[in-house]
Amino acid sequence: MKRNTVTPPANHPSGDKRLKMLDATIKRHQYQQDALIEILHRASELFGYLELDLLLYIAHQLKLPPSRVYGVATFYHLFSLAPKGKHNCVVCTGTACYVKGSQEILTSLENATAIKAGDTTPDGEISLLTARCLGACGIAPAVVFDGAVAGNQTSESVCKKIGEWQHGTK
Amino acid sequence: MELNELLEITRIEHDQTKPVQVRCCTAAGCLSSGSQAVKDNLDAAVKAAGLEDKIHVSGVGCMRLCCQGPLVQVDQESNKESKLFEQVKPEDSVKVIDAIEGKETNLKQQDLHQPFFTRQLPIVLENSGKIDPERIQSYIAENGYQGLYQVLREMKPSEVVETITKSGLRGRGGAGYPTGLKWATVAKSKGDKKYVICNADEGDPGAFMDRSVLESDPHRLLEGMAIAAYAIGASQGYIYVRAEYPIAIKRLETAIRQAQRLGLLGSQIFDSPFDFKIEIRIGAGAYVCGEETALMASIEGKRGVPHPRPPYPAESGLWGYPTLINNVETFANIAPIIRKGADWFAGIGTEKSKGTKVFALAGKIRNTGLIEVPMGTTLEEIVQEMGGGVPDGGIAKAVQTGGPSGGCIPASAFATPVDYESLTALGSMMGSGGMIVMDQTTNMVDVARFFMEFCMDESCGKCIPCRVGTVQLHDLLTKISDGKAAQADLELLEELCDMVKHTSLCGLGQSAPNPVFSTLKYFRDEYLALIR
Repeated sequence: MKRNTVTPPANHPSGDKRLKMLDATIKRHQYQQDALIEILHRASELFGYLELDLLLYIAHQLKLPPSRVYGVATFYHLFSLAPKGKHNCVVCTGTACYVKGSQEILTSLENATAIKAGDTTPDGEISLLTARCLGACGIAPAVVFDGAVAGNQTSESVCKKIGEWQHGTK
Repeated sequence: MELNELLEITRIEHDQTKPVQVRCCTAAGCLSSGSQAVKDNLDAAVKAAGLEDKIHVSGVGCMRLCCQGPLVQVDQESNKESKLFEQVKPEDSVKVIDAIEGKETNLKQQDLHQPFFTRQLPIVLENSGKIDPERIQSYIAENGYQGLYQVLREMKPSEVVETITKSGLRGRGGAGYPTGLKWATVAKSKGDKKYVICNADEGDPGAFMDRSVLESDPHRLLEGMAIAAYAIGASQGYIYVRAEYPIAIKRLETAIRQAQRLGLLGSQIFDSPFDFKIEIRIGAGAYVCGEETALMASIEGKRGVPHPRPPYPAESGLWGYPTLINNVETFANIAPIIRKGADWFAGIGTEKSKGTKVFALAGKIRNTGLIEVPMGTTLEEIVQEMGGGVPDGGIAKAVQTGGPSGGCIPASAFATPVDYESLTALGSMMGSGGMIVMDQTTNMVDVARFFMEFCMDESCGKCIPCRVGTVQLHDLLTKISDGKAAQADLELLEELCDMVKHTSLCGLGQSAPNPVFSTLKYFRDEYLALIR
């Protein structure tokens, strides 16, 4: 983070309602610094990702050094500092899914979307992600489409779903 | 709350039991195959048929045979035999009612007399698939919270520790440290505050037993934690649970709220001077946070990096206070031990490993799902008899246990009884209990590389052996797997494994080379075949 390029907003002149909701969460945690991760969870739920400005705002509210907030936000996989796509596709790469061919599923998804795992398509439609283990090993290989877990997937079934997103049929 | 109130709830619950119980699995596995719609349709069908007085439909926890979900179990007073229907579709609800009324249906029915079910010995999972995890009454009706009552009103904290020690229970998180000894250490530690933490950060890929307990029987965990808190003198508890388990989090929140409302958590529980509160802390996706010191750093709102021990959490843990950390399955064993006694528990299992262990059976195997078996059951029994072997005529080549910290056990060693010591002797470990079966098509060098990639990604970066070593190991494994390596690379690989194992700061790095060691030990020819 460059210093002094962005002044931490003391209040939120943007009038963004989401910031008000975030404030309520911060208040509920009584501005406790150890609630940082809870607050980052709430912020990414509200905004979809953690923008630099937002991190500075949280740092200011909790009276924490921005480096600490940035450090925590970048340490954990679930926090993203870049916007995600409209649709999310998460491929489980746990051992059970791996043994049952999740690698092939991922490769065919990468081919279908022309992006690598972890990226978002240039039009901002689809994000392709991987998860370490969803704990749904009984129905491996598993893929999460916009939050809904689907089990026993194949390259064909996932590409069909992605095709629906790409062509806007759903 | 008094004991008679607890018994009153039990009585009402039993009185209201209808002649026919229809249980629909609403744990994560079945939910993702559409079991919510199945349950909703069953509800509607019962209503439409006007059978509400006779049939009760409930959502329950995991029924274990996850691969055949959605599962629906029917218990009838008039018929002793339970029926378990598999792959039930939402439109099948009328057929289920037909089956209850004795009509012929083409619903697929699972044989409850097959070894997958009959060889199980449920202690941790005794209520799983039986009770509604979202209703505290349902848990109380199965003797729930009676253990806590017994402890608070009839036992001294030292007696509780003594009972757990005598039971021989060992930590189910993987390392197998004696639970009673841990409790005794924290109980002895001096501090004006103490904490109890439940480690529900089940990060091992291929393990989902903790998830199942959280989703199927959350009150069992709360009761176990409360008993632990009384024994060691804590009044605040935390459950650190993965964000990847949203259903588990929701059910835990519900359970805590319900227990508080009934006065089973909070102040002066059972009119004793004992206060205990539990808060949930949601993880943010970091495997290393399963390590206890890293987990505590994360609860404190910091980066989840471990710190050297000693001091151990038992002396200086969360915010510097004495802290007891146990895994979900460990806490889930506590209430039954109190209720049924230490001797009962110590009578199950092997000499050094007491009780049962829940395993998540997955991979190339016919019956995937959860099993709970006494310690000492052999891998052969688990894989071939309970798991039904590899489908499509395949042959089991190895079983991977213990996740990235464990190793691959070859088929030639399947006669081994499963307990902490025997798995360690084979170069693997119990771990949290994931068991992934691999068949002839699995390339073991690839498997080792897969786990190394995992450890490389998940290394927190604090210590150099782990941060740099895992990357180098991964590169070497890739080189071998691409057929570009020479004999010298293999020697380098072994040397580096040794170094990472002995010089890393925490369990993640120390155990990262294990999958390489075990595949090298048992499947060396696969490595050699790839060497130039």
